Amino acid sequence: MTPSVRLQEMIRVIRSARTQGEERGIIQRECADIRSQFRQGDNGERSHSLAKLLYVHMLGYPAHFGQMECVRLIASPRYSEKRIGYLGAMMLLDEKQDASLLITNSIKNDLSHSSQYVQSLALCTLACMGSAEMCRDLAPEIERLLRASHSYIKKKATLCAVHIIRKVPELAELFTPSARTLLSEKNHGVLHGAVVLITELCERNPDTLVQFRKAVPELVQIMKGLVTSSYSPEHNVAGISDPFLQVRILRLLRILGHNNDTASDAMNDLLAQVATNTDSSKTAGSAVLYETVLTIMDINSESGLRVLAVNILGRFLLNNDRNIRYISMTSLQKIVQTDHNAVQRHRGTIVDCLKDQDTSVKRRALELSLALVSAVNIRSMMKELLIFLSVCPPELRSQTASGIFNAAERYSPSKRWHIDTILHVLTTAGGDVRDETVPNLIQLITTASELHCYTVHKLYRALIKDIAQQSLVQVACWCIGEYGDLLLKGECEEIEPVQVTEDDILDALETVLQSHMSSPATRGFALTATMKLSTRITDNVDRIRSIVSIYGSCIDLELQQRAVEYNALFKKYDHMRAAVLERMPVMDKNSPGHTNGDTSGEIKEPDTSKPKPVEAGLLSEPASQVCDLLDLLGGTDTPLQPSPAPTSTPTTTSSADLLDLLGGLEIKPVPTVSVYEKNGLSLKIQCDKQTETEVTVTLIASNSTQNDITNFTLQAAVPKSVQLQMKAPSGNVIPAHGLGQVTQTVLLNNPNKVSLKMRIRVAYSNQGAMHQDTVQIDSFPSAACQPSFSPL
Amino acid sequence: MRGGAGGIQLFSMRFLLLFSRQGKLRLQKWFTALSDRDKKKIIRDVMQMVLVRPPKSCNFLQWRDLKIVYRRYASLYFCCGLEQGDNELITLELLHRYVELLDQYFGNVCELDIIFNFEKAYFILDEFIIGGEVQETSKASVAKSMEEADSLQETMEEYLNKPTY
Repeated sequence: MTPSVRLQEMIRVIRSARTQGEERGIIQRECADIRSQFRQGDNGERSHSLAKLLYVHMLGYPAHFGQMECVRLIASPRYSEKRIGYLGAMMLLDEKQDASLLITNSIKNDLSHSSQYVQSLALCTLACMGSAEMCRDLAPEIERLLRASHSYIKKKATLCAVHIIRKVPELAELFTPSARTLLSEKNHGVLHGAVVLITELCERNPDTLVQFRKAVPELVQIMKGLVTSSYSPEHNVAGISDPFLQVRILRLLRILGHNNDTASDAMNDLLAQVATNTDSSKTAGSAVLYETVLTIMDINSESGLRVLAVNILGRFLLNNDRNIRYISMTSLQKIVQTDHNAVQRHRGTIVDCLKDQDTSVKRRALELSLALVSAVNIRSMMKELLIFLSVCPPELRSQTASGIFNAAERYSPSKRWHIDTILHVLTTAGGDVRDETVPNLIQLITTASELHCYTVHKLYRALIKDIAQQSLVQVACWCIGEYGDLLLKGECEEIEPVQVTEDDILDALETVLQSHMSSPATRGFALTATMKLSTRITDNVDRIRSIVSIYGSCIDLELQQRAVEYNALFKKYDHMRAAVLERMPVMDKNSPGHTNGDTSGEIKEPDTSKPKPVEAGLLSEPASQVCDLLDLLGGTDTPLQPSPAPTSTPTTTSSADLLDLLGGLEIKPVPTVSVYEKNGLSLKIQCDKQTETEVTVTLIASNSTQNDITNFTLQAAVPKSVQLQMKAPSGNVIPAHGLGQVTQTVLLNNPNKVSLKMRIRVAYSNQGAMHQDTVQIDSFPSAACQPSFSPL
Repeated sequence: MRGGAGGIQLFSMRFLLLFSRQGKLRLQKWFTALSDRDKKKIIRDVMQMVLVRPPKSCNFLQWRDLKIVYRRYASLYFCCGLEQGDNELITLELLHRYVELLDQYFGNVCELDIIFNFEKAYFILDEFIIGGEVQETSKASVAKSMEEADSLQETMEEYLNKPTY
């Protein structure tokens, strides 16, 4: 009587429960019933009860109280009880349970049972849940069974041995001798087990591996027999004779042939034969071919064979079966580095797989495509990848975006193409790109100076279409702020002309500022861009002023601070505004501020760093005035680039008191020549020749009036070929009555040795009135440094 | 693709699961020792992943450090967890072989057969796979073994006539 009838009744009842609660109630009742059955001892019901318990366990309910019953049933002489008892042991008694040790003795007895089916139960259970201790106890028994018994038991004993070795690796030597002889078995089950056992032994012990290399010819023979044999119904699967065994033998050959020329040679022919003759129209054949390819790639095979293997993978790529395409790409991924050219030949098919419906296939195709991008195919590959980006599933987006960026960075054929590609990615998947994309892109744009007009037009157009993608909006705002004048010009060679008015631009920036989609960082970009435009546009400066002043009371602290400072730039420091907001120079990719997305290295750029226009103005202002002065000096047409002077002067973050900076400068005891004297302000210069081309000029200002002179600034201009470096002045207040001085040092570098001239402009306040004047120094004689001068 | 000492198996099955489309477990076979909690978590995660796959998808998935191979037969999903070094295609054949064995035994097997005779499904599995490895590649052999083993199951009379211990 099988346990099934009672069991089935219970299952029916449980399944008829309509709610979880009802089911729980039924289960509770049944478990109570089972427990009482267990307590009653032998009444022919025990196996039914355990079977029911195992069902309950599968539903997820606790069943630990059945463990002892398993032990008892295993010890029973009745086969039905043993059978269900062993099943219970496999399900409830894993090696972590203490009770598992109790069945060791029963297993031992059953291993020598007269019925092979009882032996089989014991072997199966040991191989399933045997702990290390149990394995150690029973290993000799297993070894005996390996050698002596009938094939039904032998095959099970072999796999049991595999389990023992996995649990207790030291026992491997016990089984090594028998393993070799098992290879001469005819029974496929035993043969399969033998191959698995030998594989396990070789994996664990390199010496054993060397030993078993001698078995390669034998394995090759067995394989040949399988491949060339006539149809055998017993083991045939879709025309392949015992694919399970073939796969295991191929795997063992792989391990034996790896890094060994002799062994690899011995299997060369066989592998070629299998690769060519196996029919891969069904999965079984493909499985064998797949294993063959893996083996060929992993041993020291000759190049012809490798080519054959890659071609098989290429053929797999064209297979209708999605599974086969998937595993083909997995394998190609493994060899794409070593056999790059071979894989490149199949690039077209791989790229087509990007369009597959299945996500697993898409993922593999993406990884492989990215690995295949090279300088030669970058344009066509990028086209495909960008198409893929727009339709790919969300979980693959950021991987695709970063893959595209990497590829573009390494292989882009031109700057414009690179910028276009990044813009495309930002428009399609801006939300999935990494944070450093924005500063990287900005840096790239600044280096491509010939493309500024094109870039800003494209970005502007993208901006007015959609302001949701934060990274795109940030880059667009920055560019509009920086190159707004180019945008207004309207025409650009590479883009069809569109008339953009100042109002349009300011509208766009205001939309970004006000939109709730914009992150705080984005609004920061937009505000700064608006401010920068004040020097690049002509009519709507008032509008900018009003925008900036509104944000002076913004809740966001960063925006508020910026707005307040920009306001100051409009009001108190208006004369410095143009200088502060000038065009930025090209950024160096590895400059210290750069990697943080922070361009604080440049004091002229108030964008991402906290701007201090007041201090910065003092130092950088001379630069723009330099250009004005130079114009007067002789029509030198310098571009609106700041001279290197201000940027190398130390960035001061302290207040207007700059007295300390001149501490290191020595005032050389050279004659001081007075160059200017007016209204009580006198200006003297000292000059000292450092080298053939370098001169240090110190300007000393003093005040003989009754009142202090305040806001004293000096600007200097020199001819074009001369380089000027103005150090920070000692102060901007000259005490009255000649009680103090202000000095400022100017370094001149005259590489072309032209005649040195310098024009100096002084500006100051005295008694509330602003004064400004200019002095020109015409010559600095090289020997004595005696200047001659002419006041204007 | 090398196995190491300490029980790391790079070529074998970690588990075999059968579950219905509604997420009910019908059979579970574990080839490594895991706590009950771990087993439950794995079952939940794998089921979740497999059940959302659209039909005609690829039968292979990557999950944590394992390959998952699954196939749907009528209302049941047959699902395996494999190590990285394993051959997915032969595993598909393995799953198919198991279904054929069940079919041969029950005659036109359906999910209900497996529900009401789950212990038999286990017995058949244990004649086909031991310790995560195939033990018998001949369908006929497995069928014959099952038949003979079943014949050993005692009748009620025989049952009661046998001594207890």
